[in-house]
Amino acid sequence: MQRLVIFLISLCLLASSAMAVSTTAPKELQDLYFGETLYYAFQEEWFDAITRLDTELMQHHGLDQPELDSLFPHIGLAEFAVGDFELAYRMHQRAGRAITAVINGNVAEEVRNEALFRLARIYFQKTQPINALHALERIEGSVPEAIRADLDFLRAHVLMANSRFDEAATILAGLKNVKSLEGFASYNLGIALLWGGQEEEGLNQLDLTGQTVSKNSMTLAIKDKSNLILGDRLLGEGNFDQAKEVLDRVRLEGPFSNRALLGSGWADISVERFDRALVPWSLLLQREVTDPAVQEALLAVPYAYGKLGIYSKAALLYGSALQMFGEETDKLSASIKSIREGEFLRALSREELKQDANWVVKLRELPETPETYYLLELMASHDFQESLKNYLDLKQLLKKLERWRGDLEAYEEIIEKRRAYYQPLLPEIDNRFRLLDSQMRLRLEQKDLIEQRLQNMLISPRPDYLATAEERIGREQIVRLEQSLRADGAEISPVIATRIKCLHGVLDWNIQTDYDRRLTEAHKNLQALNYHVEQLRQQYDSFVRIRQAATQSYQGYDQSILRQRNRITESQKQVKQLMARQGHLLEVMAVAELSKRRERLEGFQVKARFAMADSYDRATRDQEQKRVEE
Amino acid sequence: MNKFLKVILSGVLILLWSGVVYGQDVTRAQIKGLDEQVQDIKGDVIAIAAELNLLEEKLLYPSHTQISIFLSLVEGEKFRLDSVEILVDGEAVTHHLYTFKELEALQMGGVQRIYTGNIQTGEHAVQVSFSGLTKGGNAFERSESFKVKKDVGPSIVEITLDRQGITFKNR
Repeated sequence: MQRLVIFLISLCLLASSAMAVSTTAPKELQDLYFGETLYYAFQEEWFDAITRLDTELMQHHGLDQPELDSLFPHIGLAEFAVGDFELAYRMHQRAGRAITAVINGNVAEEVRNEALFRLARIYFQKTQPINALHALERIEGSVPEAIRADLDFLRAHVLMANSRFDEAATILAGLKNVKSLEGFASYNLGIALLWGGQEEEGLNQLDLTGQTVSKNSMTLAIKDKSNLILGDRLLGEGNFDQAKEVLDRVRLEGPFSNRALLGSGWADISVERFDRALVPWSLLLQREVTDPAVQEALLAVPYAYGKLGIYSKAALLYGSALQMFGEETDKLSASIKSIREGEFLRALSREELKQDANWVVKLRELPETPETYYLLELMASHDFQESLKNYLDLKQLLKKLERWRGDLEAYEEIIEKRRAYYQPLLPEIDNRFRLLDSQMRLRLEQKDLIEQRLQNMLISPRPDYLATAEERIGREQIVRLEQSLRADGAEISPVIATRIKCLHGVLDWNIQTDYDRRLTEAHKNLQALNYHVEQLRQQYDSFVRIRQAATQSYQGYDQSILRQRNRITESQKQVKQLMARQGHLLEVMAVAELSKRRERLEGFQVKARFAMADSYDRATRDQEQKRVEE
Repeated sequence: MNKFLKVILSGVLILLWSGVVYGQDVTRAQIKGLDEQVQDIKGDVIAIAAELNLLEEKLLYPSHTQISIFLSLVEGEKFRLDSVEILVDGEAVTHHLYTFKELEALQMGGVQRIYTGNIQTGEHAVQVSFSGLTKGGNAFERSESFKVKKDVGPSIVEITLDRQGITFKNR
């Protein structure tokens, strides 16, 4: 039983995550942030992967020119991936919407068909076979090679779920030789034929599957399952010899071994080979007592001894079975009590257990969780697994929400510190900035004027503009001298007038003849000035940005933080409510399972008690008979 | 064929054909109803997380000072990456030890944002060191330095590791 449960639990756990690994990294990754979402997804950190990818997609779709965004080359894959991750995080509704968006988008035929396949798979997993069938019927044209077998296999299951067994059988017959489906296709073909009313063909198919030769553990498990189902069927039909032959094919170490051993014994009993029935049943008695088959064997073995006429042995074995059933019933009662006290949920939530792939089995070994002895089968069931995962997800969400609440407080503290630092500094900085800003504007205007003048001088030369300061002072001195000589209407002597003219002439000569060099020099200086102006502008811009950032570092967050806090509070309330309901549901399921097992054991106890009394009677009568004969 | 898909399909088929009831208090409709509510709250919390990420980025790593360093492995690299250390301007900003899952995620083509922080505009020295084990079990270490030019916008640095060395890209 334990092996069966470990097998089933492993499959359930792995199957849910296996759905998401269909997303692979693109050959040439252009968008690092998309790569980051994959990094989380490949670690099965679905929450982080979805959050990041959602943000990426939202930003991408908000762009004016999304084709320039680095996510653009991967947008198809990203849209697919978000659906995949949501599916893995068991958000089937959103995953369905994401995949539907891909289907309705402008995508290639193969992409659309793959999306339809995934959508059908979601519907099927959510037990909506009609919707799954409708999705599959929309698949037209070419299908990616990688999913062809998966698609046919899914189609066959969907058809079976819609009671279209003949069509399912036709598809499954075509998959029998697919290596990856070895055993599975033929097993399902057998089931489809049986359910479709083709009894003989179905049983033949199960018989063939039950003889598959393989080293693959999954194939061997399905082979065992075929033999078990076929054996049970043959037992029911009264074909005891054939049933035994088929049941004996089931591996002794396989997950279906206990049930097969039990059935094999009953096949012997049915043809009154009581001694031979003791062989498989004795094996069963050495196994885990919580297994239903083992518990049944506790009654079956003394029954066989009774039939063999060994009443005293039978009576003793009934006695020990009775004791065992009593102990197990007590254990079950203790477990039910423990579950009602919340121990089960506490045990399921233990962090250290989740680090181990076999955590459910490890859970069993904890002394404070006796309930798990009887719950392995339930824990392997789909509904329980989904409910448990939801419970654990809710617990994780609650932790996140609590942490975020703390983060918001830290943000507020940061904001307050920034405000306390910047607010007193900024007015003085702003004053100095305004002063410098006006000076800078003035200088820039001057520079622009000079630039304009130099530009005009290229068209109409103005050498006087380029006179040096010395020349200007010199000319002013000459003019002043001239004016002083003419003061009071006096005449300037011709010699002095000539000399003054000469001085003017020398100045003009120098200014005119040096004009080209000076103009070139002026342009060079202007270029140098432009460089410094550019530096100034950069510093100016940088200052404006930093000044703006200083304000933004503490202003404008209040509303946003308040909104987030309210949303977190609201979500915390909802998560707590849902956790309580989900936890209660798990407890009810567990208690129902344990109660069912306890009732079964109580029934066994009654049978054992009567049978023990009967065996003692028969043993006593037997002894008296022997004494009389002696 | 996904080896687990074939099992889960069979499991669902069994579910469809069985009218499972877990005691008188629990029906499949209840399980489904609760599941849908859990899906809704997951969506709500994801939306909160997305907004908080943006708020955190804006508050703690404004774009004019933000630097993000992304790390990946060259395709097909199978060495065991043990740790990565990054120094910016001589100061250790991050040191990461890899779990098996993280390494596997990198080998599958995932990209790790190993560091997000703040630096001033201008040129900065980034030193990347990593240690690991070859397939044969030999320990090795690599270290290289690069220059990062920080402009007005966020600086995105891509580092790719292989056994021979480190490739650097300033995006």
